[in-house]
Amino acid sequence: MLAALRTVIRRDLLLALRNKSDAANTLLFFVIVASLFPLGVGPEPALLRGIAPGVVWVAALLASMLALARLFAADYADGTLEQLALAPQPLAALVAAKILAHWLVSGLPLVLIAPLLGLQFDLSGTALLTLMVSLLIGTPVLSLLGAIGAALTLGLRASGVLVPLIVLPLTVPVLVFGAGAVEAAAAGLGAEAQLSLLAAFLLVSAALSPWAAAAAIRIALE
Amino acid sequence: MNWFKYSSPQTFYPLAGRMVPLFFALAALFAIPGLYIGFFVAPTDAQQGESYRIIFIHVPAAWMSMFIYVVMAFWAGVGLAFNTRLSSMMASALAPTGALMTFIALWTGSLWGKPTWGTWWVWDARLTAELILLFLYFGFMALQAAIDDPRRADKAGAVLALVGVINIPIITFSVQWWNTLHQGASVSLTRSPTMAATMLTGMLVMALAFWMYSIAASLLRARSIILERERNADWVREWREAAP
Repeated sequence: MLAALRTVIRRDLLLALRNKSDAANTLLFFVIVASLFPLGVGPEPALLRGIAPGVVWVAALLASMLALARLFAADYADGTLEQLALAPQPLAALVAAKILAHWLVSGLPLVLIAPLLGLQFDLSGTALLTLMVSLLIGTPVLSLLGAIGAALTLGLRASGVLVPLIVLPLTVPVLVFGAGAVEAAAAGLGAEAQLSLLAAFLLVSAALSPWAAAAAIRIALE
Repeated sequence: MNWFKYSSPQTFYPLAGRMVPLFFALAALFAIPGLYIGFFVAPTDAQQGESYRIIFIHVPAAWMSMFIYVVMAFWAGVGLAFNTRLSSMMASALAPTGALMTFIALWTGSLWGKPTWGTWWVWDARLTAELILLFLYFGFMALQAAIDDPRRADKAGAVLALVGVINIPIITFSVQWWNTLHQGASVSLTRSPTMAATMLTGMLVMALAFWMYSIAASLLRARSIILERERNADWVREWREAAP
């Protein structure tokens, strides 16, 4: 069982490593979207500090939506997903491994580059740290919820627009508490409450969404 | 009586046909006294004046918007678990009515907010949650519309509806979570209501009217969905030949 999970993770990471531009594009999209906001709203540092948590979080949200297209689509097209569904290991566990690998490739880089964007928006040290921690807890939730949407839309014509349409409403609590944590930290208040709620979302979605995504994959494969 | 007799589209179709006018009549029966109480009997509010009267539309619509999502998720879940076609059709039939109720709640809330709060829209917890509910309905309908195979559309929609139903408790508890501009719930089962009895009566009667309308409209839509899906079945052909 563990060997199978390790194999799935290693395979997906290796595939991502052989095709570096995919992951790099997501990261680049994140940076560009966040960098457009100062151009749109003006360069006043006070204003930028105010909108920074929301802007960085929304940019991360959009970037992770874009990355979802890669989660199952290639495996669905070449039949790998069917083999995974036939494997003796439970599909939900294999899907969880795929989601973890996907997050390592597309979510973790966002967390690591976020402080740089925070600096552009003149955030303080504690706010930067909170931004990183909130993204570290929050982006896996985005990958977990997004996996359901990616699995539901497998093989559909308009899946590119459809995935954000059905997943984004579900990610609202993550955005509210993720950006809220950074705002609280920037205002000098403790962010523990928001971060704890984010962690609760992570635990609940980690427990439930691999099952939902596995069910959705079986529906798509029928 | 065997309830499962009506779980097949063929037997449900004529039953629904008889129930639609009945529930439309019930909706009118409740709406007439409900609106009369709302506009003529209920006293003018001391602080909000006459503008509060929109709650006789707003509150029932908001209740129905959340309730229909739960019912829709229930039927979708039944369809997914027991592979019953009619349950999934019922879920698909409920979605547009639910979206309509959500839209009415947002629209009338906005009309009420302008004279009372001085703004058409505030980013308050309950308004935002209602807006997200509207997005969830749209997502459900968009997903089902994008899938050509009706069986897959049913099942995929069911998974999405069950995932989305997590949003309903968030709506209910969001008042306590964020607690901003929007007033707290005025109607509660555990303590006495803070509004005049006639206002409450009018609202409850209107809620019944909305409920009956929702049942009638979804049954009507379910009939269309049955006809569309079963158009090649023998019973539909016989029914069409028998019909004038």
